[in-house]
Amino acid sequence: MDTLNQPLLLALALAPLVGSIIAGLFGSRIGRQWSHRVTILGVAVAFALSVIVFKLVIFEGQSYNAQVYQWLQAGSLSLEVGFMVDSLTAMMMVVVTFVSLMVHIYTIAYMEEDDGYSRFFSYISLFTFSMLMLVMANNFMQLFFGWEAVGLVSYLLIGFWYKKPTAIYANLKAFLVNRVGDFGFLLGIAGVLMYAGSLDYIEVFGQANTMAGQTMTIFEGYEWSVMTVVCILLFIGAMGKSAQVPLHVWLPDSMEGPTPISALIHAATMVTAGIFMVARMSPLYELSETALSFVLVIGAITALFMGFLGLIQNDIKRVIAYSTLSQLGYMTVALGASAYAAGIFHLMTHAFFKALLFLGAGSVIMALHHEQDIRKMGGLKKYMPITYWTGLIGSLALIGFPGFAGFFSKDSIIEAVHASTIAGSDFAYYAVLSGVFITALYSFRLFFIVFHGKERFDSHGGHAPHESPITVTLPLILLAIPSVFAGLLIGDMVFGDFFGDAIFVAAEHDVLAQLGTHYHGVIGFITHGLQTPPFWLAMAGVSTAYYLYMVNTELPAKIQKAFNWVYRILENKYGFDSFNEKVFAGGSRLIGRILWKGGDQAIIDGAMVNGSAKTIGMISKVVRHIQSGYLYHYAFAMILGVWLLLTYFVA
Amino acid sequence: MMFEVINMSFALPEMFLLGMAGVILMVVAFMGQKGAGAAYWLSQVTMIGTAYIVYDSVTGMGGLTFSDSYIKDTLSDVLKLTVSIVNVAVLLYSVSYLKARELFKGEYYVLAVFSTLGMFVMISAHHFLTLYLGLELMSLCLYAMVAMHRDSGVATEAAMKYFILGALASGMLLYGMSIIYGVTGSLSLSGVSEAIQTGGLNDTVMSFGLVFLVIGVAFKLGAVPFHMWLPDVYHGAPTAVTLFIATTPKIAAFAMMIRLLVDGLADIQQYWQDMLIMLSVLSIIVGNIVAIAQTNLKRMLAYSTISHVGFILLGVLSANSEGYAASMFYAITYTIMTLAAFGMIILMSRRGFEAENIEDFKGLGKKSPWYALMMLIVMFSMAGIPPMVGFYAKLAVIKSIIDVELMSVAIVAVLMSVIGAFYYLRVIKVMIFDEPADTEVLHAPADMRVVVSANALGVLALGLFPGSLMAICATVFS
Repeated sequence: MDTLNQPLLLALALAPLVGSIIAGLFGSRIGRQWSHRVTILGVAVAFALSVIVFKLVIFEGQSYNAQVYQWLQAGSLSLEVGFMVDSLTAMMMVVVTFVSLMVHIYTIAYMEEDDGYSRFFSYISLFTFSMLMLVMANNFMQLFFGWEAVGLVSYLLIGFWYKKPTAIYANLKAFLVNRVGDFGFLLGIAGVLMYAGSLDYIEVFGQANTMAGQTMTIFEGYEWSVMTVVCILLFIGAMGKSAQVPLHVWLPDSMEGPTPISALIHAATMVTAGIFMVARMSPLYELSETALSFVLVIGAITALFMGFLGLIQNDIKRVIAYSTLSQLGYMTVALGASAYAAGIFHLMTHAFFKALLFLGAGSVIMALHHEQDIRKMGGLKKYMPITYWTGLIGSLALIGFPGFAGFFSKDSIIEAVHASTIAGSDFAYYAVLSGVFITALYSFRLFFIVFHGKERFDSHGGHAPHESPITVTLPLILLAIPSVFAGLLIGDMVFGDFFGDAIFVAAEHDVLAQLGTHYHGVIGFITHGLQTPPFWLAMAGVSTAYYLYMVNTELPAKIQKAFNWVYRILENKYGFDSFNEKVFAGGSRLIGRILWKGGDQAIIDGAMVNGSAKTIGMISKVVRHIQSGYLYHYAFAMILGVWLLLTYFVA
Repeated sequence: MMFEVINMSFALPEMFLLGMAGVILMVVAFMGQKGAGAAYWLSQVTMIGTAYIVYDSVTGMGGLTFSDSYIKDTLSDVLKLTVSIVNVAVLLYSVSYLKARELFKGEYYVLAVFSTLGMFVMISAHHFLTLYLGLELMSLCLYAMVAMHRDSGVATEAAMKYFILGALASGMLLYGMSIIYGVTGSLSLSGVSEAIQTGGLNDTVMSFGLVFLVIGVAFKLGAVPFHMWLPDVYHGAPTAVTLFIATTPKIAAFAMMIRLLVDGLADIQQYWQDMLIMLSVLSIIVGNIVAIAQTNLKRMLAYSTISHVGFILLGVLSANSEGYAASMFYAITYTIMTLAAFGMIILMSRRGFEAENIEDFKGLGKKSPWYALMMLIVMFSMAGIPPMVGFYAKLAVIKSIIDVELMSVAIVAVLMSVIGAFYYLRVIKVMIFDEPADTEVLHAPADMRVVVSANALGVLALGLFPGSLMAICATVFS
């Protein structure tokens, strides 16, 4: 295994699929034990091979781009399965398979008592396969396949407890909102095909300059740059998948699913697919400043305003979910500022510490017998030391405490936005800067309420909560390690040439190169960080949280009363949900009802479907009597056929 | 006087078949009832050996032999290989059915091998008489096989009808051949083709003869209105025989059509094209509509065959190499699907229970989810639902007629396949949503289970990866 070749990559991608199929189809035969063994084996193989691929790509400078199978050819359009593996892909593969492996192990304990044990393992392995297909794609068709496949598994897992009405509501919502994004995405792919004439990445990137020169007319009299339209359409897809305002509404509700998948799918990997996609498409985005500004502004809005919502949530998972939204906003801002490397770097560190936080939350939820309301927690520090310490590491990484992984990635984003000059970068800079304070505030609000202070939980007949088993704590510890140390890669990944040709940045946008001239090692970066506003804002956030939730615990209620109107706005989540519910859902239902009653029931069902079915049925009953069973009738039919052919066709 | 050096190697598979058929006949004649098992194994060896010989000669050269009356080309190689491989499965499926009904006799296998020899001769025919010889050898064996269950009234009746109507059709075919011979002065297909190219022939007489040739082909394929024998024979014959009749003879009939119309009469395609349009449209309409009213699965499959034949004709009538290739793809995949469908019927049946009514499949989804899945794949494929192979087969033939701008024919074909989906889906509905009528388990032996599963999964696999078979069909006509 010292070269990147097709068998290696195929084995890597297919191992989780095989596990998934075995656990999914034969789960009830082979039992729970074997279901998790076989899926964990599949994902472990994928992880081990990903590490090998990573080594080959990063240290030996290899890359791979070839077609594996041609699915079909229609005219000049060729739909293929193919792999493109470069440093960006290799990094994503390692992150995806590592987090997935941790979540698989964690699930053994978390889902122990669930009836759908094998089904759950089958789904998460299927997810791993889909996500690998997405990141390894070398063409838009396979990207779209992976995109939809992860969406499907996400849908299945949000509604995993399908008897729970809120779960069904949430998965339907996720599905519908993603449809909106995917519609844009599909139009974007269609645009690429129309103007570049190919779906292959390399060919499309080769055509990028000619595409950028063209214009198209959408409304009479307005000329649009093709590149801007295509990039914005593709980004609408990313907005759905990566939950950017206003298509973010599904992500908080997705917390109805089991916690392991909140960690894997709705925090660490799937929701970052949009970020990955934009970074992958950097040769296109770099040619449209309008699209970059659009990305930047959407990201900034998400980063700041979703953070606010985290402040008032009382469900432990929802707090983390809003934090995920806000962090995804940070990554998007980085993309908009052309600091793709910083965005991807934050994607990686975030995958580790957010998975850690979710799994930690899951550990707390298990200890308290599936209680998720933080008002019924408190003082868990002494009962759950491992969860406590790993949770502290995760929270420090999230707020960007110097030295932890999140510090490096978040600081480089903030610096990059500061240095950027494209339209909207000033607004974005202040948004992400204030976001730091908000992040620290809600993170440590959660942390103090859950682990410190009074014990408010119901101790279930005297049983004190206890630390979770090894299969839970082991992933926590293993995730805590990169949450601390992954930041040390900053020199290579953000300011070095780690990504090489995988990411393209136009010279006039290259903010990271500017920052790189001031970069003098990790220690220098930390000491510099101590003197910048983000650090002091984060500290202020933590202190505020300490004061409000540990010292003066009466104050939050008073503030809430005094600023009730603000609280109302936040509680209604800025009205997105009720707006969607009334206008889109209500409107669609109204149109649906009209078409159903008038169009479908009366015309199509009544007259056409049932009418034609009845007619065909009648004809069929009549015609079958021609088959009388008498030989001379049959012979007569043949003679009739002869006569028919002779009269018609003999010239 | 000139002597032609006859290249016997082109007919090696046929010689092997003939030799083995003789051996099996002797075994059965001298060992009587005890020889049935030996006959079965010998015939399996024959099929596999034949497949090997054909496969071995694929890369070798081809050409005409026996005074231009016999041809070996890629078409004959591919079709012969298909026939011999499919027959392996057919013979394997037949065993448990015949044993359970005390019909397990050597005759079945002797007749099957001789019939296969007939098919091979048809496939390689390059002469009217060679073609007729092969056709009669194949058909006579089939008539006898249908009548094999002598105590059964329906079987005997079916054999009688098949024989008489077959004789009528053979007569017409011969009449057509004699007229063409009269006009062109040649019995060899290349001679006929040359005579047509030279020109100066009487068009009226030519088309008169052509009508009878087309009728002969239409009867063997079972195209409307020459299809009346088909439901009765499918229904009346023992399922093991129906299985045989429904699969490989259709490949031979397809070969006969290509040999006659394309190898011999390609230059007067403007005449036969319109005839085939009529036959094809009628077959698709009648097959699909009448199938809806059937309650017997074998009869339903008979009508489904009629509609599939209509689709096979669609590709040929587009009269270009893409169309022929699409048609060939359809014929081969039809054979594989039909094999699986009858295989499932035999798998479900047991002593005293024929499993030939649609309601016999009630609740299979609960009793045996695996085989319900297999049947579901086969039914979906026949209905033309992706990703099963039936979809690609339909797509290819419909595309070929759209390419020659026969839009109205294409519309009929598409509409009728929608109607056709109904009766295939009804089988699935009965299988999955209805409660089982009894608790009887499956009795089929292990080898049968494995091969039926592989057969049905093959239908799915071919649908997922249709490329290589498509490519083979395309090279045949390139």
